[in-house]
Amino acid sequence: MRNLFYALICVLALSACNNSASQKMLPIYGNREASTKTVDGKTVTDTIYQTIPKFNFINQYGDSISNKSLDGNIYVADFFFTTCPSICPVMHRNMLNVYKEFKNVGNFKIVSYTIDPKHDSVDVLKKYADKLGVTGNNWLFLQGQKEETYKLAKGYMVEAREGNVHDGYFILVDKQKRIRGSYLGTDPAEVTKMIADIKTLQAEPDQNIAQ
Amino acid sequence: MRWQLSALILFVISFLVISCANDQDIEFKRAYSAGEVVYTQHCQNCHGNNGEGLSALMPPLTDSVYLKQNKTQLACIIKFGLKDKLVIVSGKPYQNQMPPADLAPIEISQVLTYVKNSFGNKMGVVKVEDVNKDLGDCK
Repeated sequence: MRNLFYALICVLALSACNNSASQKMLPIYGNREASTKTVDGKTVTDTIYQTIPKFNFINQYGDSISNKSLDGNIYVADFFFTTCPSICPVMHRNMLNVYKEFKNVGNFKIVSYTIDPKHDSVDVLKKYADKLGVTGNNWLFLQGQKEETYKLAKGYMVEAREGNVHDGYFILVDKQKRIRGSYLGTDPAEVTKMIADIKTLQAEPDQNIAQ
Repeated sequence: MRWQLSALILFVISFLVISCANDQDIEFKRAYSAGEVVYTQHCQNCHGNNGEGLSALMPPLTDSVYLKQNKTQLACIIKFGLKDKLVIVSGKPYQNQMPPADLAPIEISQVLTYVKNSFGNKMGVVKVEDVNKDLGDCK
């Protein structure tokens, strides 16, 4: 009996150690390569992660928004178009919850790229944002060249192509512009998980360094 | 013998129970459940799981007064959609485009039965004859 008791103490102590040691981290997605440099005579190997490529688009207020404008922000991106009758209303109904959750939090943004720039002018995007109930700069609706948008979608590891075809994923990007999660935007349960993951990401030490 | 007798009694009782649910009730339930399927496929993305709509983009389907006042227009709106038309629902303006849904009159009557008896609405069954009549008068 006494042996059993000691065994129990040991197991408890071990599990307590495990809990405190493992701080939750989100995975880092995409390709990675090793870069070996010589610093001060020592060989140092670093991992270079896949990051979101450069872009320069226009938002719903007619302002220019580039990848640089998002520096220092954790953000969620998706691809949509305003006249989409199928999955977009569902995606943005769910995204609205994300918007409300982080409305008063700094360094967080939502970025929705239109894949139909011919119809979705700045004016159309502004009206769409207004009607959705979005104000301020926390949720940006971006419009750029069609081909550029398709190319950029690949950088986010999602699909967008001719004929207004796109998938419904929300992509979570960290302050180093690395992809940290992808969630089916049409599924409320996945979006709830994303909200939790955003909070986890915000708590990561890396994300608190001023960029 | 006793076994046969109790089986007979059971049969008679179940027959009585089934015929108690009257024809109208069955007709309503059939239309309502078929309408739910049509709603999920054609309407739910925009108008929501609970007919709540989406902000000021998509009108809710919870306004019984609108449904009553535009009774004869509803089939036409579903079949041909809306474009550049301002509608006032629950006191709020909506002017988004609604795509036409390629539905048969029977499906329209089913989905209308579903909508008019869900989300807080309680307006009874919509007959396919009425839908056919309304579709003939579409503007």
